[in-house]
Amino acid sequence: MNPAAFTALLFGTSVLAGLLGALTGLGGGVVIVPALVLLFKVDLRYAIGASLVSVIATSSGSAVAYVREGLSNIRIGMFLEVATTLGALLGAYLTARFSNHAIAIVFGVVLLCSAYSSYRSRNWTEPTSKPNRLASRLKLTGTDPTAANQAYNAERVPLGFAVMFGAGTLSGLLGIGSGAVKVLAMDQIMKLPFKVSTTTSNFMIGVTAAASAGIYLRRGYIDPGVAMPVMLGVLAGSLIGARILMKARVEALKILFSIVIVILGCEMIYSGLTGRI
Amino acid sequence: MKPLTDKQLDLTIARMLRWGVTLAAAVVFVGGVISMLNPGAATLDYSHFRADSFPTIAGIFHGAFHLNPVNLIQVGILILIGTPVLRVVFCIAGFARQRDALYVAISTTVLLILLYSLLPGGK
Repeated sequence: MNPAAFTALLFGTSVLAGLLGALTGLGGGVVIVPALVLLFKVDLRYAIGASLVSVIATSSGSAVAYVREGLSNIRIGMFLEVATTLGALLGAYLTARFSNHAIAIVFGVVLLCSAYSSYRSRNWTEPTSKPNRLASRLKLTGTDPTAANQAYNAERVPLGFAVMFGAGTLSGLLGIGSGAVKVLAMDQIMKLPFKVSTTTSNFMIGVTAAASAGIYLRRGYIDPGVAMPVMLGVLAGSLIGARILMKARVEALKILFSIVIVILGCEMIYSGLTGRI
Repeated sequence: MKPLTDKQLDLTIARMLRWGVTLAAAVVFVGGVISMLNPGAATLDYSHFRADSFPTIAGIFHGAFHLNPVNLIQVGILILIGTPVLRVVFCIAGFARQRDALYVAISTTVLLILLYSLLPGGK
């Protein structure tokens, strides 16, 4: 394919991936990697390298909008980043040890779980403010401006920390933001308010991804020719997606997108098992 | 020194992140435009991973200075990776102004992990 056409097609696909990622709340990474591998026959390592770059761009680019809402909790985020960055180092280490087939299968399973988690209606857990000694000592507390400044504090801190380590490992292994797992750890395990969890998660994604990006760079996973259109495209798509989200209800679209993600997940697992990746 | 609220610290950091991303995207975009205008320079077979070693930082900046498109894109990517790192540095400074020793220590730990991965020597 001629270079200009390849770049243009890659850019267009990345815009769509960014859009889809923003509207489903899963992030552009989980969509762009299978698209690059399955449609463009790009080697999995270049795909996850380009994806990781786009993840940093999206997370940092949307931070202002989140902070304006005043919901992210920098202390909780920073404390949990100790876990996610260490996990990311382990993940990036494992990427070099795993075969492309194995990574493709893990990726497919993560896609199926993501589709399930975005489809499932969230069970609203009432944020409790049961005092927790460890949380108080680590200042993992705050107030929720959307709920009349109700005070909240983290619970089950060690378990949340451990799950965050797992989220970091997945991020470093697959070149994705793994925002869904981060939200799960804060919202379901540590019982933080949902909005605080999602905004703090976005803040953490960039730092987590930066921890494996240096390793990816040195190994040559981040190829400028692939990363350039992917980074610009996913960033543009996710910014457009965020605007649409503010204006429209997208429940019907979400179901459609979940189906797309299930298909991509099955295709990744199948390609990994049959050795086509 | 004026006390710094969490909200102010948050907003300063978020604006810094946006500037970083805008600058990185602009540099990558310029590199992309130049490479589109001079096709043929880049290899287009991405179907098999070749373990090319990443050039030195000095080499990248030297090439970017001479408007080498590949090096320009790499500079943009380095700026992008640098923004979250800078964010952690900002947090350390912010927590120090709030005299929060615990969080200065926690942020410094995160910074050290990031530097370990970014500096040559890590795998």
